[in-house]
Amino acid sequence: MSTDHLQVKRGSRASFVATIIGLIVLAVLIAAPLWAGRADMRLMGELFLYLSLACLWNLMAGYAGLVSVGQQAYVGFGGYMLFALTIFAGVHPVVAVLGAGVLAALIAVPVAALVFRLRGAYFAIGTWVVAEVFRLSFAQVSSLGGGSGTSLPVSIVKSMTSGRQAREWLSYWLALGLAVAVIAAVFLFLRSRRGLALSAIRDNELAAASLGINIWRTKFVVYVVTAALTAMVGALIFLQKLRISPDAAFSVNDWTAFVIFIVVIGGIGSLEGPIIGTLVFFALRETLSDMGTIYLIALGLVAIIIMLKAPQGLWGIVRKRWDLQLFPLGYRVQQSATPDNHQQLHDK
Amino acid sequence: MNWINAIVQGILLGGLYALFAAGLSLIFGVMRLVNIAHGDLIVLAAYLGLSTTIMLGVHPLLAMLVVIPLMALGGYVLQRGVLNHTLGDDLLPPLLVTFGLSVIIQNALLEGYTADPQKMSAGALETASLPLGDLSIGVLPLLTFAIAVLVIGGLHWMFYHTALGRAFRAVSDNQDIAQLMGLNRRHIFGLAMALSLAITAVAGILLGVRTNFDPSIGGARLIFGFEAVIIGGLGNLWGTLVGGVILGVAQTIGAQINPGWQLLAGHITFLFILAVRPRGLFPRMTG
Repeated sequence: MSTDHLQVKRGSRASFVATIIGLIVLAVLIAAPLWAGRADMRLMGELFLYLSLACLWNLMAGYAGLVSVGQQAYVGFGGYMLFALTIFAGVHPVVAVLGAGVLAALIAVPVAALVFRLRGAYFAIGTWVVAEVFRLSFAQVSSLGGGSGTSLPVSIVKSMTSGRQAREWLSYWLALGLAVAVIAAVFLFLRSRRGLALSAIRDNELAAASLGINIWRTKFVVYVVTAALTAMVGALIFLQKLRISPDAAFSVNDWTAFVIFIVVIGGIGSLEGPIIGTLVFFALRETLSDMGTIYLIALGLVAIIIMLKAPQGLWGIVRKRWDLQLFPLGYRVQQSATPDNHQQLHDK
Repeated sequence: MNWINAIVQGILLGGLYALFAAGLSLIFGVMRLVNIAHGDLIVLAAYLGLSTTIMLGVHPLLAMLVVIPLMALGGYVLQRGVLNHTLGDDLLPPLLVTFGLSVIIQNALLEGYTADPQKMSAGALETASLPLGDLSIGVLPLLTFAIAVLVIGGLHWMFYHTALGRAFRAVSDNQDIAQLMGLNRRHIFGLAMALSLAITAVAGILLGVRTNFDPSIGGARLIFGFEAVIIGGLGNLWGTLVGGVILGVAQTIGAQINPGWQLLAGHITFLFILAVRPRGLFPRMTG
């Protein structure tokens, strides 16, 4: 049978529509200072930072098979580097955010060499040990406030922009910009040759290795890049908070548990999952957070039930039902359909 | 003198860490499951012990008679009701489900017992000590160490000399063939988790007698147990005891140099051993 009428495409009508809607939403969000209040912008800024963390954790766990429960190591490291670079080296805070990313990539190299010796679940706990080492080490640095932490000096905060409003807008745009950059980076990475290798590793390590993919190096690159971007997110988080302490900077609940719940609920191993998960997480948090511990228990229960009953998360349910893909990542076979061609396909 | 004292105290502390680790090591050996909630289960056992001592007015060590069966039963139900459904080739489900469990236990304890630190009172046992030359050795740490040796020796004997141990080794080697030979692996896994949590109950009560505890300390206990397992080498129970001792000594020596370095010294020793002996000191199986 001839295959002339069959085409292999990446995009689909859904992904085209999603791109248009995505661009419109992005434009509306960039213009947020025109329509949103201070509290709303603060909340949205936080949402973008969680979205970035979720996308990065998803890249590691959902695509590279590196399940880390120690990403707070890089969040906290980024935050502390922001403080160190601005206070000791007099660097402008925005430059310090970039610097935090570079330094995190440098420190992630020896860390990866060490924790990659552990497999699977032991890797997960190993990353946690590294985060504890970071926390305890920064608690020993008395010039950064030791165990009780420190605030960003007023002079540095004032040097950033001309006024408080401008500073709040700037940190909002930085958070939005970083979230867009992270999603774009993950998307482009997954579409690249190396991303294809990553998907192959996820589906079957042995088969991928026999096709000549260097598994160790591919995972290593993912780990280091993720560390750098996570540290930049961390720097922005503490640029918003203006205060840092070891317990807040390296909190496993804030920077890893919530992120894992976001990704699991939204759908691990898809780009859409973390976005949906973040929206659901913030909707739940804003309505139920008054309930305190009960809310966290419920969140844990929901994550367990989803992992048991629908391991692909909310987006997995949608995708299964309507065969949607908003980010054109996979390839699909389409036919330039005429009725009899359609018939032929079925006959075959 | 202080140094010798630090080393002796560290060795005895290692017994407690080996108890944290033994349950973790057991279930990893039998079903390749790493239980992220292990530390929180230790803390849960400590709280159950606390409630038992208050309600029945008994000594904490006697409370073990209540807490051990309770935790073991909970372990069997947990394994058959939840964790068995997560086992398979994919690593993520067991990891994330036990992670969720950890958050649930932590917050349930916060809700039930508040965040205030608690401690179990063991009366004269807490302060009793034996003179040994210039040193004085606490009876409680010594007892903890002896219990650790007994538990690990008992586990070792059970593994190699009983029908249950044979079943554990069989499902560990090959689940499918063990199933064909008439073993019900779901039941065996349930028993392994029950045994693991029974040890956890012992560890939790000894922890609660020794120091203050609150709902947030589970994570660190998991890490200590995990470090002891990796230092000792996967699948080697006596190795786990040695791993616990090395970790304990590293911590007390670190604390002797600078009180702020206690935990850091333990973690750095672990990372150092991971760097030079990635499979631990006495490995018997691969991860």
